Amino acid sequence: MIRRTVAGLLAVGILAPPALAHEIYVTNERDNSVSVIDTTTYEVTRTFPVGRRPRGIVFSKDGSRLFVCASDSDAVQVLDPATGKLLHNLPSGEDPEQFSLAPDGRTLFIANENNATTTVVDADSRKVLAQIDVGIEPEGMAVSPDGTIAVTTSETTNMVHWIDAKTLQAVDATQVEQRPRHAEFSKDGTRLWVSSEIGGTVAVIDVATRKVIETIRFEVKGVSADRIQPVGISLTEDGRYAFVALGPSDRIAVIDAKTYKVVNYILVGRRVWHTVLTPEQDRLLTTNGVSGDVTVIDVGALKAIKSIKVGRFPWGAAVRPAAGEPAAGDKKSAGAAE
Amino acid sequence: MLMAGRRTRASAPGRRIVPGALWIFALVAILGVLAAPDAQALSPTGEPLAIQYIERRIERPSPLNNEDPVPDDEGLKGAELGIRDSNATGRFVGLGFALKTTVVEPGADIRAAFAEIAKAGPPRFVVVNAPADDVLALTDSEEGRDTVFLNIGATDTRLRDGDCRARLLHVIPSRDMLADALVQLLVFKRWTRMLLVSGPNPGDGLYAEALRRSARKFGAKVVAESRFDAHGADIRDSALREFALVTRGPEHDVVAVADELGEFGTNLVFNTASPRPVVGTQGLTPAAWGRAVEAWAAVQLRERFKKLAGRSMLPVDWAGWMAVHAVGEAAVQLKSGDPAAIKALMLGPKFEVGGFKGRSLSFRSWNGQLRQPLYLLWPGAVVAAAPVEGFLHRRTELDTLGLDQPESACKAMGG
Repeated sequence: MIRRTVAGLLAVGILAPPALAHEIYVTNERDNSVSVIDTTTYEVTRTFPVGRRPRGIVFSKDGSRLFVCASDSDAVQVLDPATGKLLHNLPSGEDPEQFSLAPDGRTLFIANENNATTTVVDADSRKVLAQIDVGIEPEGMAVSPDGTIAVTTSETTNMVHWIDAKTLQAVDATQVEQRPRHAEFSKDGTRLWVSSEIGGTVAVIDVATRKVIETIRFEVKGVSADRIQPVGISLTEDGRYAFVALGPSDRIAVIDAKTYKVVNYILVGRRVWHTVLTPEQDRLLTTNGVSGDVTVIDVGALKAIKSIKVGRFPWGAAVRPAAGEPAAGDKKSAGAAE
Repeated sequence: MLMAGRRTRASAPGRRIVPGALWIFALVAILGVLAAPDAQALSPTGEPLAIQYIERRIERPSPLNNEDPVPDDEGLKGAELGIRDSNATGRFVGLGFALKTTVVEPGADIRAAFAEIAKAGPPRFVVVNAPADDVLALTDSEEGRDTVFLNIGATDTRLRDGDCRARLLHVIPSRDMLADALVQLLVFKRWTRMLLVSGPNPGDGLYAEALRRSARKFGAKVVAESRFDAHGADIRDSALREFALVTRGPEHDVVAVADELGEFGTNLVFNTASPRPVVGTQGLTPAAWGRAVEAWAAVQLRERFKKLAGRSMLPVDWAGWMAVHAVGEAAVQLKSGDPAAIKALMLGPKFEVGGFKGRSLSFRSWNGQLRQPLYLLWPGAVVAAAPVEGFLHRRTELDTLGLDQPESACKAMGG
């Protein structure tokens, strides 16, 4: 039901004129700020201060509220994206790193990196619904498109923990390779993609059986294997591509999402963390931590076309859904999964 | 204020929907069923896998600054954190770990202490924080014939060379590795001329020898050497004049110091005859870990350690954590608490484990040394990480640090 609605709206999104302006918000981990990029010019239009060490970033469905994980402030901040003004903090648990907004638009699943829990918060009532014990250093968070399952990846335990989104209980765990950092459900909810930073791989997990069905490896000529450290993952709406940020190898891997074969590597800025697709799916933006910039990739040509200077250590990125532009609704964010 | 409010709410009764112990129990039960094919490999008794920690207490000189004492529980706290971390992970596959601790006083017989421990059944995994001769005494003991020993305290290169042993793994880097890391940075910066000042202790001599060897290996040069013995005088009163004499010599780029016990090196910094950086055991130091290390989620490990120990994590603490973590990780990878299977995996060529250093770590097949990046530190910051850019190796750059396969006289490992 929900899926059909999204698909319908997606079609509208694709038919919309390509010049449709969006705003992409980028967290600058070491500047304690958010940079706003306009997609008509691909330039930074403004920067506003947020809490300490901002990482995960996601919008409310209507784009009226911006959620930012301010890790060192131990808070999830809720801001007015138009003004950058802090509206209030959400109770987040300690050291929130990444989070994910459920399709209901109000249940926020937050990975608390320092104390091995996932905190579930109702963003409307600002109440903690549960704290769930998971493995050490939970980081990646994702909620399935139908909202029934939440997953978190624990970086030191090296597992994906499956959480029943209704009972808020951890029900199962799947082992993956070392240091799983990011999880992303396929649009149809049947597959879960998980990157392992130190393992150097991406696992594709069958959601029904919770078993790894494919382990994708990477090889870049002239780059030593241990520099290839997969982190952020973006999947195109049409199910054609997966884009994986490969950290200090300074590359984005382009994967055929059907055959799981790597079809290309695109050179971007230094230490690439996360990626985000525009609602039209024609551009992919990458946050490059060490070089302090964002690379714009032309998805059709699979080429980097522009680099935008932002703050120090850009980490997460999210597209702000405009009112009446719901295709971008709960979908587009990096460092947040969905 | 806000924080307090949040904590209250988060931990208010009834809010925490899943009471920890209960659900873990439930989950273990579920996983136990799921992991049925491996069930025969699970510890048959359901007992946690025991890891023995054994330490020889060392008498050390008083620190030059009593704000920086050598903690009594250096190494042990790391091992304790390793157990906590391994249990946090192991519970998802129905595995538990427990640490048993024995500390042997100076002058006491470590072998007898080990024999005493072994009466209740020889421990299968032993973390050793003791000098090289103690390490060898343990590995050569009859009671330890099936035991895997993990060395976290002895940096002696000979244990990775002619004195290696088949079931002895080294988590702490050797002096050679430390010296190689330092000299790589010096070569990278073209500060290749070293004036070397050594203290009188045996460890100082070995550290100095490691520096000479690294200099030869990477094309740096020791242009002059001097000895310094702080005994009988308090260097804090005489540093200004004495060190000017000790560090006078031919043109050099750095003053390298070998003072492992910290008897004078700290005072050498900024007290050299020429305006040169001090490197080695003090000043710019190569180390496995340090408080300025923060990349690759090191901050998370450091914070967990600080919560447990109430102090910063030192290199030997990291090695203690790493040793236990390696055993725990091998067990989790196998989903098994079977000591023989864990031993086979750890001593085999396929084992890889994370250690908050940004790379997969593994044990060298030829001498049991853990391959690892090292840090070049001064108390305020990480200056660089080694292997330093540009030092290449056909296998992995990590093998540019320490004894490489053709250089090691170790035969016992069979690798």
